[in-house]
Amino acid sequence: MAIKTEPFYLNIGPQHPSTHGVFRMRVSLDGEVIVGVEPIIGYLHRGIEKLAEARTYTQNIPFTDRLDYLSSMTNNLAYCMAIEKLGGIKVPERAEYIRIIFSEIMRISSHMMAVGFFLNDLGAMMTPVLYMWREREKIMDLFEMVCGQRLLYNYMRIGGVSQDLPDEFVPAVKKFVAEMPKYIDEYDQLLAINEILLARSKGVGILPRETAIAIGASGPVLRASGVKWDIRKMDPYSIYDRFDFEVPTGDAGDCYDRYWVRMQEIRQSVRILEQALAKLPEKGPVCAEVPQFFRPPRGEAYGYIEAPKGNIGFYAVSDGSIAPYRLHIYPPTLINITALQDMVVGWKVADLIIIFGSIDVVLGEIDR
Amino acid sequence: MTLLDQFQLVLKTLNWPDWAVYLTPAIVGILIIIIFVLTIIIVFIWWERRLLGRFQIRTGPNRCGPEGVLQPIATAIKILLKEDIVPDKADKLIHFIAPIIVFVPILMLFAVIPVSEGAILVDLNVGVIYVIAISSISVIGIFMAAWASNNKYSLISGLRAIAQMVSYELPVVLSIVGVAVVAGSFSMLKIVEAQGIPYILLQPLAFIIFFLGCLAEMNRSPFDLLEADSEIVAGYHIEYSGMKFAMFYLGEYGVALAYAGIITTLFLGGWQGPLLPPVLWFIIKVMLVFSLIIWMRATLPRLRVDQLMSFAWKFLLPMAVINLFLVAIEVLVLPATLQWVMVILNFGLAAALILLWSRLFTLGGGRVEV
Repeated sequence: MAIKTEPFYLNIGPQHPSTHGVFRMRVSLDGEVIVGVEPIIGYLHRGIEKLAEARTYTQNIPFTDRLDYLSSMTNNLAYCMAIEKLGGIKVPERAEYIRIIFSEIMRISSHMMAVGFFLNDLGAMMTPVLYMWREREKIMDLFEMVCGQRLLYNYMRIGGVSQDLPDEFVPAVKKFVAEMPKYIDEYDQLLAINEILLARSKGVGILPRETAIAIGASGPVLRASGVKWDIRKMDPYSIYDRFDFEVPTGDAGDCYDRYWVRMQEIRQSVRILEQALAKLPEKGPVCAEVPQFFRPPRGEAYGYIEAPKGNIGFYAVSDGSIAPYRLHIYPPTLINITALQDMVVGWKVADLIIIFGSIDVVLGEIDR
Repeated sequence: MTLLDQFQLVLKTLNWPDWAVYLTPAIVGILIIIIFVLTIIIVFIWWERRLLGRFQIRTGPNRCGPEGVLQPIATAIKILLKEDIVPDKADKLIHFIAPIIVFVPILMLFAVIPVSEGAILVDLNVGVIYVIAISSISVIGIFMAAWASNNKYSLISGLRAIAQMVSYELPVVLSIVGVAVVAGSFSMLKIVEAQGIPYILLQPLAFIIFFLGCLAEMNRSPFDLLEADSEIVAGYHIEYSGMKFAMFYLGEYGVALAYAGIITTLFLGGWQGPLLPPVLWFIIKVMLVFSLIIWMRATLPRLRVDQLMSFAWKFLLPMAVINLFLVAIEVLVLPATLQWVMVILNFGLAAALILLWSRLFTLGGGRVEV
């Protein structure tokens, strides 16, 4: 007689230590094996897209901070680029360099949080996170130095940045860039050859190349699946064509590759930072002349960049008034987690947590 | 002759009635053990927090008292003042007695751990078997807690508990048998006295197996699947609060102390050591073992449940069986005076076996077709 079993439904989230916010998954289990997963989102919905229609273009910049709050600077940049495209504004040279420097520092910081909390999901008891926070503290000091904020920066402006770099900034960031490779080696010593990390993450949660392309994944998740796609290289925005850097790719598309790609991207970001600091113009304006109540001409524009978590885009429609007629946000992590079901079925509860962690989501961006 | 036996003799010479001669030393001994255990648990909690802080480049608690030594007491008061919440759909009776069933066997373990020469509650001639038997009672309490909470996370934890603790019992037992074979006795006192050379040198492989098995038995990282906070939140004690939670909390450290004491007794030469008094040596060794446990907790990620099982059955168990046979042959063939030869031989064998087995064995496993 065949044994008949029924699925066991487990509700993970919205209140759960490793859902990276308020993500909720309704998981059906067969023992510990996952049969299906149904993501339920919307617990952090604030209606940013609708709110943006009632505020001026500049007033919308702080809202973009609150999307992916671990990489606010790149969100600012993508939004400002969309509006600059709309209004045809030319950004000064020095401002472009400052923007690149902050995007890359932001990428380092965001990837460190991603890797640290991925290890936390693996059960490493906060240790890797705290080691990564040691460097993230320095990054936050850098941000605080220039805009007075440590999490939600609101630093970029339409046409440039809000204020020039203080005198002590460049030596501080040079010191940080010089120290960083040593710390990355230290992380590799702790993590990259750890037997348990390898056993837990190699071959787990494979996202095949075809699926990754089909769902429109981007960022480290896409590159870990072996697709060499990075907007900084493929469609250089700002002044990325002036820098020399590699695009690391994985080949298996498993959790380990996603971890590995992030660590390599931190190294590449350090390379870009070195070059940008060497070429940074000494003097010059940091913001183009943009009126306070900026009225772009009628039309529409789409600004998109390679944010730490993938391709973030802002689509803005102007009706010639001081506020956008419509602002749509294209969130990379929302697109990336659509592959969750394909990746986790057949794995265990513990794997679900690390696969979800390896995608690196921030709920502020998914729910908007 | 243990200290308690001497106490009994003294009472007998004072012409106390028979029942008092029998009961008084036992009650005094039990009280001493409970006080000793609770004191060391408080030290352990403080030590774990401070040391973990250092491993994680932070300070750890340092506000209550000098170096934060009073922090565990503050924590205890806080936990005791919490409201005791029982879920509506819980099985009230079992929910109530489960923490007791977890905690009491842990206290009972200390009856046979010799702290110093003769300082043992009962010198059972089957001390090692007593330890094995009593230590496996806790798993019933854990499963009762998990089941009675009527919570899905704790149910998963309970199922893991049964699988994990039953599996790891086998390699642990087999590795202790090796020790008993060399010592020629199951009595904890005799085993300590037999250790001219600590058994960690004489049987390195048995020590490694026993240590890893103990980590799994006491749910410590990297085998802390029962309370895996990133997966099943807190596991079996998710629905506990107040005094009942404190029982689990004390139990967690109590079992760490008990196993550290057993490891000290079986492998590190117990209370023996030069210069310092025996009790101090015992405490130093226990602290060293506990620090090693904390170090592993601070460093290693957690295994998955199927990897945990394959590690027990495919790695530890065969190694323990091979180790037992090798030790038995060595004891038969080598004369007792040639113990240093045995040390060198066993280190070589342990290294060779671990290298060979790690080639053959992978933690892998993984996806199930559904």
